[in-house]
Parts: sequence; C-alpha cells; structure tokens
Amino acid sequence: MSEYNFAYLDEQTKRMIRRAILKGLAVPGYQVPFASREMPMPYGWGTGGVQVSAATLTPEDTFKVIDQGADDTTNAVSIRKFFENTAGVSTTEETEKATVIQTRHRIPEAKLREDQIIVYQVPIPEPLRFLEPRETETRKMHSLEEYGLMHVKLYEDISQHGAISTAYAYPVKVSGRYVMDPSPIPKFDNPKLEMDAIQLFGAGREQRIYAVPPHTKVVSLDFEDYPFEATKANHLCDLCGAEDSYLDEVIMDDAGNRMFVCSDTDYCRSRRETGHVGRLAEENAA
Amino acid sequence: MTPLLQVKGIEKRYGARIGCTDVNFDLYPGEVMGIVGESGSGKSTLLNCLAGHLEPDAGQVIFDTRVDGPVDTVTMSEPERRMLGRTDWAFVHQHARDGLRMSVSAGGNIGERLMAVGDRHYGDIRDKAIDWLGRVEIEAARVDDRPSAFSGGMQQRLQIARNLVTGPRLVFMDEPTGGLDVSVQARLLDLLRGLVREMGLSAIIVTHDLAVVRLLADRLMVMKSGHVVEAGLTDQVLDDPQHAYTQLLVSSVLQV
Repeated sequence: MSEYNFAYLDEQTKRMIRRAILKGLAVPGYQVPFASREMPMPYGWGTGGVQVSAATLTPEDTFKVIDQGADDTTNAVSIRKFFENTAGVSTTEETEKATVIQTRHRIPEAKLREDQIIVYQVPIPEPLRFLEPRETETRKMHSLEEYGLMHVKLYEDISQHGAISTAYAYPVKVSGRYVMDPSPIPKFDNPKLEMDAIQLFGAGREQRIYAVPPHTKVVSLDFEDYPFEATKANHLCDLCGAEDSYLDEVIMDDAGNRMFVCSDTDYCRSRRETGHVGRLAEENAA
Repeated sequence: MTPLLQVKGIEKRYGARIGCTDVNFDLYPGEVMGIVGESGSGKSTLLNCLAGHLEPDAGQVIFDTRVDGPVDTVTMSEPERRMLGRTDWAFVHQHARDGLRMSVSAGGNIGERLMAVGDRHYGDIRDKAIDWLGRVEIEAARVDDRPSAFSGGMQQRLQIARNLVTGPRLVFMDEPTGGLDVSVQARLLDLLRGLVREMGLSAIIVTHDLAVVRLLADRLMVMKSGHVVEAGLTDQVLDDPQHAYTQLLVSSVLQV
C-alpha cells in the first residue's frame, strides 16, 4: 500500500484534475479539457472515471463501483480492487452506504443524497461528434449555442423508426445552456440526472471532464409532437418483482425462454432481503 | 430605396498575391448580380468574402438587416454573422456534397436550417421539407432517402431547397450549374429563375458560364486578375463588350 501515493495519482495531478472538476461545476455541462494521465488499464475501461474518482476520494470515503448496474462484473471488481490497493478506502456494494460511486452505463435506482458524489465513465464526451466530426467546429457550436444539428439526429430517428429510437447516451440540455452527452446511460435514467448528489463525468482518452452540480435543471431534448419518454422493458423483475427499475433481458435457453432482472444488482438484492419475490424466484423456492 | 447589400472597397490578398481588390457595387432587393471571369480571377474569393467565409483585408460589406438596418457584416460579431448565414443568407456550393450532409436524409437536410432557428415540431418540419422537395421537383416519396442515392442534378436541387427553406433574402451561388450535363443545367436554371422571381430573392451568382448569367442575371461584373474590369447591365456587357478581356470572353463561347 505505502508504495503508492494515496489513490495512485500524484498530488500535482490530483490538483490539476480538481481544478478541472471545479471549473466543470462552475459551468454545468461545459467540457473542460484536462491533461489525462496514462492509467494502469486500457482506454475504454474507465480511465477518465478512475482519475476523477482518484482526485475526489478522501481516506474516510466509502467507495462503490458499478458496471451496467452490477457490482460484480469484471470492470467493477477490478476498479474496486484498484482503489482498495492504492487508496485503502473501504468499499461497499450498497448504494446507501457509499459516499463516492463510480459508474459505467447506469445511475443507481436508489435516490442519491447530497453527501454523495457519482462519477461517470464517459467514452465520447462530445454529443455532436457523429454529426459534426470537426472538433474545432463542435467547440464553436457549443460556444455559440448552435444546437440545431442535435435535433437533426432526432429527426432522422423519427423519420426512420417512427419514434425517437436513441435509447442510450440521450442528449440533454444542462441548465438551459450546454447540450451534454450523459454518457451511455439508458434514457430511462435521464430523469434522474436532476438529483441531489454531485455528478462528475470523466473521459480519459478524450481528455475531458464535465459536471452537473446538485439540483441543476437537466432537460432531455425532444420535439413538441414527439416528447421525450423514459422507456424500459415492459415487465416486472423476475427475481424481486420490482416494476420501477431498469431491467436486463437474460436468455435462458434456446427454446425462447427468457427472464428480466433488475440491472441494479444492489437494488434487487435489497428488495429480496425485505421479502419481495418475483416470478422465477417463487418457482425456485417451490 | 436602400440597397440590400453595399460592397465598398473589398480587398483580399494572399500574401503578396491579389485575391481580389477594389470591388465596389450595390445590390438592390430583387436584383440578381452575375460575376464572370476566368479561373483564378478572384470570383470565388470575392464571393467568400461577401458571404463571411473569408475575412477581407480591407473594405466593408454592408447588409440591410431586418431589425437593425444597414450593418457592416465584416465587423459584426461572429454569432450575428452566423445567424445571418442561417436565416437571411443562403450559400449554394458548386459541389452539392459541400453543402449537404450526405449521411442525413433529404428531409433532415432541408429541416436542419428550420431546427437551427428553433423549429421544434416534427410534423411541421416534415411538411415543409416535403413542400420544398416538390418545389425543386423531387418526388415526396424520396424524403427519407439519403442524398448519396440522388443524381448530381437532384443533389444540387436538394441543396437549393435546403438553403431556401428559411426564406432568405440574399443567395450566394458559386457555379451552381458546374459539373452538370446541359439538359440538367437547363432544368436547374429554369427552376432557379422561377424561384428567384417568385420569392423576390436577391442573388449573387459566380460562374464562368455566360449562358447562366444571360438567363439569370440583371447585372454583370467581369473580373480579371482580381480586378473588376467591366460592369453593367447583362445584355449591354455581353452584346457590346468594351474591355479587351470581355471581348475575348464573349468571343470564346462556342456556337453550336
């Protein structure tokens, strides 16, 4: 443990990242460039999120990592171990007990509090990237608030699929100013972006940090006649019976059997512990 | 009557070389101005300076805006100039590919300017897009096709529809018929003439095709080596050219 500086990064680097975070919080949704460091994991595995977490963690913090809602997948386990080793912070799988939560692709179902920080791993921070490949041009569009192009994408969705088919990384407008990519969370989670906790977004390869302060207005873009809809699979969780949580579909066999389970494993476990039972859990018990 | 566009002493240099220099003219509402000259004579440089794509080294481009009256667009702020570029101005490129988004459907291409100025009703945007496809003689059924599936002439017509949908007052055209075969050119010119007259547009058309200016332009400027060598009514300049270069230009046209 003592071979590493606290939380792996040196103090100067953490200082630099904290400055970027503060600037991001001061200008909600604005992508702040920062000197992203090489981390001991490949790009795409959360190097941005890890750096933001490292700059945010204190020795008293309790750390939780989720990957697609789950605490026990490779990405989540290895990042949790990384900070256990390099920072010696206590870790947890329970959303309630965590003070810093690093996440990939989900926002926990449990409502987050003011004393919590959620850190998102972001692959591509620029929402306009696939419409306008020139970074010089997208920066200009952000600075001049020219966001008509974002609606062209939604227009294309409706004209091809009859509805806005963008299901994740659904663009939002933060505090009435910047259009932001909320990282690849399902659009089911978009309404939760207006929350009590601090939200930090880190993109390691793209070297950008941005943030949404608590209680900030976050609006999902849409058309007047095709309003935004937070969608999920129209089922109950087969393990805990929850009807309000985002579900993963699991193929059971090659005869068409499938089950739907909460993608948030902590939420599902805590519900089952308090006696909620879903369709398939009952069968197993019987 | 206030001119829609007043151009005063525009100059653009590329280092020691002259792009264009000492260009002065007024353009009145509803008027179509042609600019002809050989390759490298500074036509496109001039057009790009007027449309705000290039910053001129000297001179003024004064546009009669709807709200504030005549304003120098060279010194106005960039957001204002870009706003003009989306609303009151339109720019038709020589190559449709430069002016279209090739990965976005025809409807999306036409709708982009509408959405850029704040239109947020899908049904309305789509209706307008289909209406404009009709006006430029493209079947409504092709509204969801991408421009890459269109022929060159259709792409050019789509580009025109995309530019005119917000009802601009001034259209800049850089060789709109270049690279099209003659029968398609004729149809496009017919269409343009109709739209320009019907909407009361003012236009500045850069071309090296004298037939295009004969058909569309009220007035004509002839450029050579960055200078305007002759200017006047189109028929007057073409039928009675005074400058040696204009005489050469007019006599170079092949008669079939």
